[in-house]
Amino acid sequence: MKKLTIALAGNPNCGKSTVFNALTGARQHVGNYPGVTVEKKEGTLKYKGYEINVVDLPGTYSLTAYSIDELVARDYVLDEKPDVIIDIVDASNLERNLYLTTQFIELGVPLVIALNMSDLAKKQGLKIDDKRLSELLGRYFIPTVANKKEGIDELLDTAVKVAEEKNTLRKTTISYGKEVNEELGKIEEIIKGDGDLPLKYSSRWLAVKLLEEDKEVIKDIMPSSSSSSILGQAEKSRHHLNKIFGDDAEAIIADRRYGFISGACSEAVKRTYEIRHTISDRIDQILINRILGLPIFLVLMYFVFKWTFVLSEPLMGYIEAVQGWLGGAAGGMLPGGSAIQGLVVDGIIGGVGSVLIFVPIIFLLFLAIAILEDSGYMARAAFIMDKIMHKIGLHGRSFIPMLIGFGCNVPAVMATRTIDDRKDRITTILVNPLMSCGARMPVYALLIGAFFPAAMAGRVLFSLYILGMVLAVIMAKIFRRFLLRGPASPFVMELPPYRIPTIRGVIIHMWQRGALYLKKAGTIIFAGCVLIWFLSSFPWEPQYSRDYDGMIAQVEQKLASMKDVELPEQGEEEEADYLAGLTPHQKIKMELQSGIENIENKMGMEKLEKSYAGRIGHAIAPVFAPCGFNDWRTSVGLIGGFIAKEIAIMQFIIIAAAVTGSVILLVRQFMKGYRGEGGCDSCSGNTQCSSNCRGKIR
Amino acid sequence: MMREPVPLTMVPPDIDIVLVAINAGRGLRRRLNDMGLNEGVRFRVVQSQMAGPCIVAVDSMRFMLGHGMARKILVREA
Repeated sequence: MKKLTIALAGNPNCGKSTVFNALTGARQHVGNYPGVTVEKKEGTLKYKGYEINVVDLPGTYSLTAYSIDELVARDYVLDEKPDVIIDIVDASNLERNLYLTTQFIELGVPLVIALNMSDLAKKQGLKIDDKRLSELLGRYFIPTVANKKEGIDELLDTAVKVAEEKNTLRKTTISYGKEVNEELGKIEEIIKGDGDLPLKYSSRWLAVKLLEEDKEVIKDIMPSSSSSSILGQAEKSRHHLNKIFGDDAEAIIADRRYGFISGACSEAVKRTYEIRHTISDRIDQILINRILGLPIFLVLMYFVFKWTFVLSEPLMGYIEAVQGWLGGAAGGMLPGGSAIQGLVVDGIIGGVGSVLIFVPIIFLLFLAIAILEDSGYMARAAFIMDKIMHKIGLHGRSFIPMLIGFGCNVPAVMATRTIDDRKDRITTILVNPLMSCGARMPVYALLIGAFFPAAMAGRVLFSLYILGMVLAVIMAKIFRRFLLRGPASPFVMELPPYRIPTIRGVIIHMWQRGALYLKKAGTIIFAGCVLIWFLSSFPWEPQYSRDYDGMIAQVEQKLASMKDVELPEQGEEEEADYLAGLTPHQKIKMELQSGIENIENKMGMEKLEKSYAGRIGHAIAPVFAPCGFNDWRTSVGLIGGFIAKEIAIMQFIIIAAAVTGSVILLVRQFMKGYRGEGGCDSCSGNTQCSSNCRGKIR
Repeated sequence: MMREPVPLTMVPPDIDIVLVAINAGRGLRRRLNDMGLNEGVRFRVVQSQMAGPCIVAVDSMRFMLGHGMARKILVREA
C-alpha cells in the first residue's frame, strides 16, 4: 500500500478541525511538536489503495512566524515536506483566508484548497465560482461542507492526484508591482546562485520573506555561503523601496498581496446581498453586553462547576466501589500477607484507582469546556475578562488556561500556547498551578474533614479555591513587577461566529484533552503509587526492636481463656455509656482485644519507620520543622506529594492502615502534636485508647 | 464629521470606516495585516466599551481588539 502524508493548514476558525475529523474519524492521535507546547494532531485513513497520514497543523493567519503556532506550521511544511497541503479556507471570509493561501502558492508546495463552509457563504449571499478561482490562482479549489461531509471525497481525490503528479494547474506568480518585483528579482538571482538554498526553499518565497525582514528566515539562511551578499541586497532593496514609497517594504508587500487577492475575488465572487447584523452579532449584544456580560459569564461558570461536581460525585463512588471490590477479590486469591498481595492490592489496584478516581471530574469539566469552546463562547469569555485580567497584568487570553487549570494543570499549561506574548505566556504558566486542580480536591477534602465541622465544609472548600485565585493575582502582579517587566501586550483576537456544537466534535475534543491527562498525569501518578508502596513496604521483614509476634501470641492466649465471655453489640450510645454498661469480665476482654490492635499498630508503625520511606522521612523531617510538623510520618506523605498531590493522600492512607485505621484521625494527630495538646504515647491516636485521649482528639 | 483620522476607540458603532494607519511596532502591525486589518481596509465597529476592548467587523469576520491596541489604530469615515 502506498503511503502519503497530507498536512492540513488554515486560519483559526476556518473549520479545520471539522475537516480533520471528517477525514480521519476516530483514528486520531494527539502529541506534541518536539520542544514546544503545541499540540500535534495526527490521524490516518485508507483511501483507494493509499494509506494516508493526515497532520493537522496549528491554525495560522500567515507564515510570518509571529507566534509559536505559525512557526511550527511553517517549519513542518519546510522541513517535513508533506506530499500535499490542504489549505482550508472559510468560504464566507474568502479574502482574509486567501492571504495564507497566497503564501503557500509562493512557497511552491503541492497545494489543494478546500472552500469550506460553502453552504454558509451561500446563505450570506456570496456566489463563489470555484472553477474561476482555480484558473486565477492556478491551484484546485474544492467546495466542501465538512460538518455534513460534503465534498470530502472529491477533496481527497484531488489531493491524491496533486501529490502523485507533483504538479499544479498553472504556475502562478503574485505580482507586487514593478518596483518591488524588480527588487525581488535582484535578491532571487543571488539566491539561485547559491548551492543549497534553492533546494530547500522556493527562491521567490525566500526573497519575499527577506524583504519582509522575517527574523526566522534570516536565521535560517545565515549558515549558507552567500548569506552576506543575499542579506546585503535585501537591505539595499528595503532601503530603496522605503525611499520610493515612504513605507516599510513589509507593509507594501501585505498591501499588494491583498490587492492581488481582491482582484481575483472580484472576478470569481459575486455578492448578491449583505447581512450587516448576523445572528451572532445579536447574541453578542446580550452575551457581551457591558452590563450583562460579566454576570452571565459568572453564572455560566457557576453551572460548569456545579455540573462537573454534582455529576462526577456518584461516578467517583462507583469507581471507588469497583476498586474496593477488585482489591478484595485479588487479595483473596493471593497468599495473605505476602509481598505480591501487597503489590497487587495496595500498589497496583490502589495506584490505578487513584488515577481513575479523577477521570469523571476531569472529563466532565473538559466536556463543558469543549461545549463552550466549540460554540464560540470561550473567545467571548476572553473579551469579558480582558479588562479585569489587564488589571492584574495578564491577558484576556490568559483566562482560558486559568479556567482549564481547575480541571488539570497539565492541559492548562498546554493551552497557554495561544498567548502570543512570551511574558504573558510565562506569567500565566507560573501562576497556573495556583488554580486548584481536580487532583487537589481529595487533599482539601481530607484536611477539611479533619479540622472543620461538616456544616462548614462547603464554605471552607470554596474559600480554598478563592484563596488560590487571590494568590494567583498577587503572584502575577509580583512576577510582572519584578521578573517579567513590561506593559501587558495589547491584543487582538478573532471572535468566531456562534455555532451549535456537534456531539461528535465535542466528544472528540473532550477525549483529546482527557486522554492527554490520562497519559501524562496517569502514568506518573501510577508509577508514583507503586514506587511509594515499594518504599514504604520494604524491607519486607525488618529487624523489630521488640518481639511483637510473641506479645500478640501472649494476649491471644489470654483471650482464648475468655471464650465464653460475650461482648454486647455497640449501638448508638456514647462510648462512656457503653463502657459503663459492661461487666468487669467484659471490660477485660475489650481491653485485651484493643491490646492486640495496639500491638499490631505499633508493629506496623515500626515497620514503616524502618522502611526506606521512613528513613527518607526521618532524614528530611527537619526541613518541614518551620511549617510546624517535624514528624517523619508527615514528611513521608509529603514526599509523595511531589509526584502528584493525591499521592500524599494515598500515602496517608497507607500510613493510616498501619497506624490508626482512620486517615482523618491520623492527620489530626499530626497537627495535634504540633499544637502541643498531646495525644498519649500509648495510643498514637488509636481509636480504642485506654487512657481515653480520643475524647480530646474529637 | 470624521474627515480627520481619529483613534478607533472614539468611533461609535455601525459607521463605515477606513483604516488610515496603525501606530504600532512592526510585529503588531504585521499581525494585524495578516488578519486582514491593513491600511485602506473598510470595516466598522460592532461594539466598544469604555476603557475596554472593542469588536470590529471586517466582512463577516469579527475581531476583538484590546483597548490599548484600538487606541493605536487611526481611522476615518468612509
